[in-house]
Amino acid sequence: MSNKLQDLSEKLQTILASQIQTIVVDCNEITIEVASENLVSVATTLRDHDDLAFEQLIDLCGVDYIAYGKTEWSTDGASATGFSRGVEPADTGRLRFGDELNAGNNDIPRFASVIHLISYRHNHRLRLRSFAKDNQFPLLPSVIDVWNSANWYEREAFDLYGIVYENHPDLRRILTDYGFVGHPFRKDFPLIGNVEMRYDPEQQRVIYEPVSIEPRVLVPRVIREDNRYLHAQNEQNKEGATDA
Amino acid sequence: MPEIHNYTLNFGPQHPAAHGVLRLVLEMDGEVIQRADPHIGLLHRATEKLAESKPYNQSIGYMDRLDYVSMMCNEHGYVMAIENLLGIEVPERAQYIRVMFDEITRILNHLMWIGTHGLDVGAMTIFLYAFREREDLMDMYEAVSGARMHATYYRPGGVNRDLPNVMPKYKESKWHSKKEVNGLNKNREGSLLDFIEDFTSRFPTYVDEYETLLTDNRIWKQRTVDIGIVSPERAKQLGFTGAMLRGSGIEWDLRKKQPYETYNKLDFDIPVGTNGDCYDRYLVRVEEMRQSNRIIKQCVEWLKTNPGPVILEDHKFAPPRREEMKADMESLIHHFKLFTEGFCLPVGESYAAVEHPKGEFGVYLVSDGANKPYRLKVRAPGFAHLSAMHEMTVGHMLSDVVAVIGTQDIVFGEIDR
Repeated sequence: MSNKLQDLSEKLQTILASQIQTIVVDCNEITIEVASENLVSVATTLRDHDDLAFEQLIDLCGVDYIAYGKTEWSTDGASATGFSRGVEPADTGRLRFGDELNAGNNDIPRFASVIHLISYRHNHRLRLRSFAKDNQFPLLPSVIDVWNSANWYEREAFDLYGIVYENHPDLRRILTDYGFVGHPFRKDFPLIGNVEMRYDPEQQRVIYEPVSIEPRVLVPRVIREDNRYLHAQNEQNKEGATDA
Repeated sequence: MPEIHNYTLNFGPQHPAAHGVLRLVLEMDGEVIQRADPHIGLLHRATEKLAESKPYNQSIGYMDRLDYVSMMCNEHGYVMAIENLLGIEVPERAQYIRVMFDEITRILNHLMWIGTHGLDVGAMTIFLYAFREREDLMDMYEAVSGARMHATYYRPGGVNRDLPNVMPKYKESKWHSKKEVNGLNKNREGSLLDFIEDFTSRFPTYVDEYETLLTDNRIWKQRTVDIGIVSPERAKQLGFTGAMLRGSGIEWDLRKKQPYETYNKLDFDIPVGTNGDCYDRYLVRVEEMRQSNRIIKQCVEWLKTNPGPVILEDHKFAPPRREEMKADMESLIHHFKLFTEGFCLPVGESYAAVEHPKGEFGVYLVSDGANKPYRLKVRAPGFAHLSAMHEMTVGHMLSDVVAVIGTQDIVFGEIDR
């Protein structure tokens, strides 16, 4: 960890103290997680405190964690079932019209809003994550009053994930079609979509119908523990141990 | 006299000055804009969701199609995010090649911008001049990747292949006589690097030509000076990056402030505006073209004298050479695995940002350890710029909307994603 990151993470811990739930430093980047009720006050501190001075919101995006770590193809050992593996609708690419995502655990918070900040004065960056408490009606406070550029980004996250931002002045859909139903970037929204559109010469207008294409996944989703990273991690852990 | 009310004007999505498929709902009081509401998404292709369903390397081509006038810079952001997570260092020659092509791309983008911006506000000639040079730059793309626009040239760990030793040449046909062809092929006799070097020696005069056409042009100044002024404070609040931020007087360039690849070894300057109007942003971008030319020159010089590998030799994510594959079992297995399943990234998340011609292009990658991204978010600079449309145009005349669209350098491939 470089000195600058170390410095920033210490500053964050002293200034924000108990408002931070977790703080992670990885890949030369700092991520902090805050509870949704603290989000606006944390955001204001991040912007106004002289040592932090995050003047600009670079990016805000929604993430749907429902299928995190789920795979279609087990790599722990060989199986006797061969080619039948990797065809269960566990992945958004395989879902058809009306299919449910077999994701199981619905108790953990599912939707998060991830904010990337930059400070021009100190030349550092920060990632700020906040989970919505309710999975059925994900609600988060809007940070539009702190950083005005959040406006369209929050509209986008609302459009694609259905995260509702409280106190947003103009929460309309932004990227999808007029009259679109559903939130397309959710993991339980099929990759092929639900409806397709064509011109019907008999009715002389454009009509919507259920999609006629078949879902097709060429490469199943797998997670492999690559020995090189395990090795690198062990080395790091060892170094950390000797440092301490 | 009848009372005149505000009325609503629908600008686009089919309008030559809308730069693609922008639908702008304007509330007008006579000729004056009261409210501008851009409707975007007409080019939405769900690139991010598509990328989530494919192994990492298969999405590089999608990145070209985001901002389709600065292709390689998009790829750069994407492969850098992957490299961050893998924790790998790219060979130096590959870094120089990437920097060189980033700058070629920057000129390519700025030429497109100056041409269309000029055309939008009534300067026809500049468009023809700009497209003359774009032809040479696209030939460089073609020589290195086989495609004039959507190159898919960058790879995690380096670039696809080394620079070619020969330039493709024009051939004689019933439209081009032998004499003509010889003239066209004069600077194509050597390698690609020779061709690029020749271009960098010619390019400053071309920029002078553009400046002769525009910089002191009375009509150009009337249409751009004091139009769409953004203060430095507002520029930060509105999420501006790149030339839009520098035009407002903020000295910020990722190539200098958070250098990636070999930018810290190269000598170049960052132009900054003072007034934050369309004219200042024009001056900034023109100077950026000159600086890019300087960078390319330095890269060519380095690349000519320093041969070496252009992609890492680690076959877990870079394919082995064809010859090796035919003789060596291990290489064959690596090749097979890489092109069927792809490679897995370690668990984690990373945000990689590059100084794209339009601003900060960022790629936020969340990996759960699989061979496909769990979440990929593309931070397109134009998205934030367009969201400031209302603030930049309110109180201006209808014709200034066109100037503001031009100065924002809008391309819908990246905004709609």
